[in-house]
Amino acid sequence: MAMNGKGTLLDASTLPVKEFDGIIVGGGGSGMMASLQLAKSGMTTAVVSKVFPTRSHTVSAQGGITCSIQSADPDDDWRWHMFDTVKGSDFIGDQDSIEYMCKEGPEAIFELENMGLPFSRTEEGKIYQRAFGGQSKDYGKGGQAERTCAAADRTGHALLHTLFQANVKAGTNFLSEWFAVDLVKNQSNQVVGVIAFEIETGEPYFLKSKATVLATGGAGRIYQTTSNALINTGDGTGMALRAGFPVQDMEMWQFHPTGIHGHGTLVTEGCRGEGGYLVNKDGERFMERYAPNYKDLASRDVVARSMFTEILEGRGCGPDADHVYLKLDHLGPEIVHKRLPGVTELSKRFAHVDPSEHPIPVVPTCHYAMGGIPTNVHGQVISQNPDGTDKIIDGLYAAGEAACVSVHGGNRLGGNSLLDLIVFGRSAGLHIEESFKSGIKMNDPSSDDINYALRNLNRVNVSQSGENFVKVKKDLQKTMQMNFGVFRTEELMVNGIKEVSDLREKSQNIHLADKSSQFNTARVEALELLNLIEVAEATAISANERKESRGAHSREDYPERDDDNWLKHSIYFSENKQVSKRDVNFRPKQVQAFQPIVRTY
Amino acid sequence: MNSIAASEIKTLKVSIYRYDPLKKEKPYMQDFDIDIPAEKDLMVLDVLMLAKEEDPSISFRRSCREGVCGSDGLNINGKNGLGCITPLSDAVKSNKLAIRPLPGLPVIKDLTVDMKQFVDQYKKVKPYLITDKKVDTKQAIPQTIQEREKLDGLYECIMCGCCSTACPSFWWNPDKFLGPAALLQAYRFIADSRDTATDERLEQLEDAFSVFRCHGIMNCVSVCPKGLNPTKAIGEIKKMLVKRAL
Repeated sequence: MAMNGKGTLLDASTLPVKEFDGIIVGGGGSGMMASLQLAKSGMTTAVVSKVFPTRSHTVSAQGGITCSIQSADPDDDWRWHMFDTVKGSDFIGDQDSIEYMCKEGPEAIFELENMGLPFSRTEEGKIYQRAFGGQSKDYGKGGQAERTCAAADRTGHALLHTLFQANVKAGTNFLSEWFAVDLVKNQSNQVVGVIAFEIETGEPYFLKSKATVLATGGAGRIYQTTSNALINTGDGTGMALRAGFPVQDMEMWQFHPTGIHGHGTLVTEGCRGEGGYLVNKDGERFMERYAPNYKDLASRDVVARSMFTEILEGRGCGPDADHVYLKLDHLGPEIVHKRLPGVTELSKRFAHVDPSEHPIPVVPTCHYAMGGIPTNVHGQVISQNPDGTDKIIDGLYAAGEAACVSVHGGNRLGGNSLLDLIVFGRSAGLHIEESFKSGIKMNDPSSDDINYALRNLNRVNVSQSGENFVKVKKDLQKTMQMNFGVFRTEELMVNGIKEVSDLREKSQNIHLADKSSQFNTARVEALELLNLIEVAEATAISANERKESRGAHSREDYPERDDDNWLKHSIYFSENKQVSKRDVNFRPKQVQAFQPIVRTY
Repeated sequence: MNSIAASEIKTLKVSIYRYDPLKKEKPYMQDFDIDIPAEKDLMVLDVLMLAKEEDPSISFRRSCREGVCGSDGLNINGKNGLGCITPLSDAVKSNKLAIRPLPGLPVIKDLTVDMKQFVDQYKKVKPYLITDKKVDTKQAIPQTIQEREKLDGLYECIMCGCCSTACPSFWWNPDKFLGPAALLQAYRFIADSRDTATDERLEQLEDAFSVFRCHGIMNCVSVCPKGLNPTKAIGEIKKMLVKRAL
């Protein structure tokens, strides 16, 4: 029953069903880490990915995986990494999760190395580690640490390909180039699978499953300028919101300091880790003023704000004074070409400069969602009871950038995203395996339940006229860029919320002119827009609600951090567009909790 | 593009391969006049996306738009390459740009090809580390800087398919000749000091087709968007196979 031009409605009664023990939506780092765990368990599983797995955005990660494997420094300690991460999060990262990630990390790194990941090496034949932003020794007292494990500046590529290869070896079942549209819930509010279609044929299915993992990555495409791939449209986040589940801390978007001016493509923080630094039009190394100790390796929110301040105060570079320079030429071609070959390539390609000879023009670019679908350390998705207590959603998991287990809180440290992926992708897989062993019982969904999950696909498929979805997407990106950027004010955000709300109305009435079934990428893009809208609106409303400045969320009208009222997660539901608060976890198991301090670098 | 003053735009003649398997028409080239900003050196992918705004039914793959994911391997004015990192200044000849699917693979629709054959060959070379070295999760398998350097130029492959689909040997025997991408991958593991399955790997490659259909034409080298050299890797495998046979 391929979708075609007839505009016939899909219906549960005739929809084909494929049944699995577990499905994973998304074939990036966290998805393939989870799938690897499940493939070993003997469960029947499928990875549902809208692109061939090695096209996932994990591939673009450059600098590395931060983890205290004690290679560069035999005295390094995961507790120091934990301290840095808590501080980096501006104290709204959950300390039980951060503890778990930093402590379990080394094992996951060695597992990847043993799988074949081609890490760069030290003279002693160990894994090479470089300096990255916001990392310290001895709880901030021992100076800059070198803790980021790297495969040149192609760590994400090496990681993703290694994971794909390990999954090939393990015999993982890939539904490659399948698009998941919506979650299917039964009457007990349990998630029992997804509606998805095979892009090549257009064939829709109900993929029935006892455990569904949302590993769909980020949504940087809500902004005009972003480091994110074109595919990063927040599909899992959109699905969760439409199914009535909340998202957490969606106001927290990281703007990475060094996006290539005019393009948004990133050059890694590892550039600064290897000794590069930023200069303004006067050639001044301005970070010395903003972060006297860590300078260019202060955490990303601090560096991004400093850059914009330089630009706003008229010290930007170029004819429009709208960017600054990243200087690497003093390092010499040997270091630049050997340690940063990918950066050299990108810089020549998109900025037309060889970084060993000329500085790279850079400007902050939207990079990473600290917020997402709230989960516990096992990847189980959490909703909120009316009294504010946590409620676990049966059958639904999330991991990676789509999730908010909250290890990043208000600001993610460089190199922590890849660690998040592998640690929590694996922990979700482990938990599913355990639950499966002890038996999972789910009620079947009714026809109405399935038809409800088909509503958006049906609406797009039968549309005869309406809005141009490419235009709605562009308008959305523009309003997000204008009103929810690095510096925020109530006035702009209220205006932005109104515009996003109008665009949501339009998105309910989009027109898919081409109804053909074979590899119809217009259909995929139309459905992606619905996810972008969900993520953007969650961001807009949560951002206006958080009346303080913390981490990446910087308000000119509320410039101070407000621990009395906002040492909290924000929780947003799409149904009523309301924001509530959730307690931050200050109960790590093996160390004393780190209490909020003034955050300076 | 309406907001740009006329003096700042130029019109590019773009010709795009169209094929819909469900329609009776044969494949054809559809022409577009695409307005592009004169002062900016757009990439071929940018132009494709502009064309798709005019005709949303054009099918092609894209993801990272920075040359690392390998989605948008295309045949651009007769040469294979990635749309997202091929600038118009390199690709356009006499103000004309013809974009076709990668040659030699079945076309699903327009510029989207069926990569199954390509991926199957990749899987045949056991593209994963096989080692009898003591592996535990407490430490890394040691590897010196020099040993690791042997993987440079091998591990960076992005599986875009530009090389194998530019190779006449692959066109003729796509099921038996593994093709440059898979062979590069095979050598990536042979060359890895941590891998102990060299014998097993070579044995699998010993027939007349898997490796030896490579006649050193070097199309793979000239099109690889990552600047890799599969012919050299294949040469290394051939040397090892010959040595093994003696």
